[in-house]
Amino acid sequence: MTRRVVVTGIGAITPLGSSAPETWKNALAGKSGIVNITGDWTKDLAAQIAGLVLVDPFEVLDRVSARRMDRSTQLGVIAVKEAWADSGSPEIDKKRLGVFFGTGIGGLSTILEQYDILNSRGPDRVNPMTVPMIMPNSAAAMVGLEVGAQAGVHSPVSACATSAEAIAGGLEMIRNNRADIVVAGGTEACVNRLAIAAFASMRALSTRNDDPEKASRPYDTNRDGFVMAEGAGTLILEEEQHAIKRGAKIYGVLAGAGMSSDGYHIAAPEPEGKGATRAMQFAMQDAGIKPENISHVNAHATSTPVGDIAEFKALSAALGKNLNDVIVTATKSMTGHLLGGAGAVESVFTLLALKNNLIPPTINLDSQDEQIKVNVATINNNSLPNSATHALNNSFGFGGHNVSLVFAKN
Amino acid sequence: MTDEQIISDLAVILNEVAGVDQTKVSSDKSFLDDLEVDSLSMVEVVMAAEDKFGVKIPDEEVKNLRTVGDAVSFIKKAS
Repeated sequence: MTRRVVVTGIGAITPLGSSAPETWKNALAGKSGIVNITGDWTKDLAAQIAGLVLVDPFEVLDRVSARRMDRSTQLGVIAVKEAWADSGSPEIDKKRLGVFFGTGIGGLSTILEQYDILNSRGPDRVNPMTVPMIMPNSAAAMVGLEVGAQAGVHSPVSACATSAEAIAGGLEMIRNNRADIVVAGGTEACVNRLAIAAFASMRALSTRNDDPEKASRPYDTNRDGFVMAEGAGTLILEEEQHAIKRGAKIYGVLAGAGMSSDGYHIAAPEPEGKGATRAMQFAMQDAGIKPENISHVNAHATSTPVGDIAEFKALSAALGKNLNDVIVTATKSMTGHLLGGAGAVESVFTLLALKNNLIPPTINLDSQDEQIKVNVATINNNSLPNSATHALNNSFGFGGHNVSLVFAKN
Repeated sequence: MTDEQIISDLAVILNEVAGVDQTKVSSDKSFLDDLEVDSLSMVEVVMAAEDKFGVKIPDEEVKNLRTVGDAVSFIKKAS
């Protein structure tokens, strides 16, 4: 019999809030977390807007531990601490506790900082913690140390699909009986000069610098790219009987996951969304449900001109005429794009939407792109019928990675 | 500089780098066993001490610096 997986804890640190409840409250209120970034280092950048977290990690974490982490890892550990406490800090045999945690970009800020030190002060002033701070598995490893996981610590890397892939990996790890609890999610913190210049060079970023709160506008006719944001999200995934036995609160069920790859282009989505379609179909199949069971989709929808259309085509193909009865939302309109942290934060939104029958709105939708024919949740149209049972959360990454997750009410 | 001044400056560095309680830093304390400064933190402590005291502490010397007192002697000799 398949081991069912439920979610018993959530954590989020985002431009909307420093915890999952605060992020949720501000998302339901339709707030934007996007601000102007200032300082000499921003002056010549095409994009001078971003979503920044609202706390200094050094004030939240133990100072000595924090200085051994890149900012991306710091944010990840903050979200994990919240989720772990939220799940009741379960007593568990650490050999049955796993971690699936990733980042899309990783320790780039630390690389830049240490490279400056190398050039200005010489090789013998490069910090001895540089390697552990910049290795791509750094966040996962630090999270593993935080909770003492011994069943295995894994760090998928698939750009903006990373944390959704981590959650899919955690699901498999519990189903395969390698663990009873998996700390799953992802993080990002690369609002720095190089990352912004590089994404802008791809023409991927919005340059609406004079109106930051309006810059991230998925599905809107006047969208002009995504807005980079930092933050992290975490789910505590737990085998259902394990959760019931210890009397844990259950947010919902992680019912299935589907993954595919485009095999098409290193950055552009396959224009018909065929890979994304297959990811959604696999996810529904894995969950044992049909398109008519889906009531809500938290879309990847980053606010790029081509990406939003490709995903719409995929949604149409995967859900067929049932798409007419689905309420879609694009929460990146409020948070910006958390890259490797996006899938996990949006999984928190999806779970809470099902639990509360309330969908966080898509803001800045002044004139919906007529090519994208979906029912979009707005601040005045955000309720999910009580009869809703399942929702999809999509995440896609540069490189053609597609991940779709199915969540269900408990 | 007096021994006390050097110990006091080292205590600040040890606290900053490795979170060591400054009041616990004294001549007879071992970096590794008493103050729990691991080898990576020790590299950082050495860098900061070199900057602070204007000395060069070669790697082959670092392994001889078992206690805070060893470091104080070395710094006095080298500066």
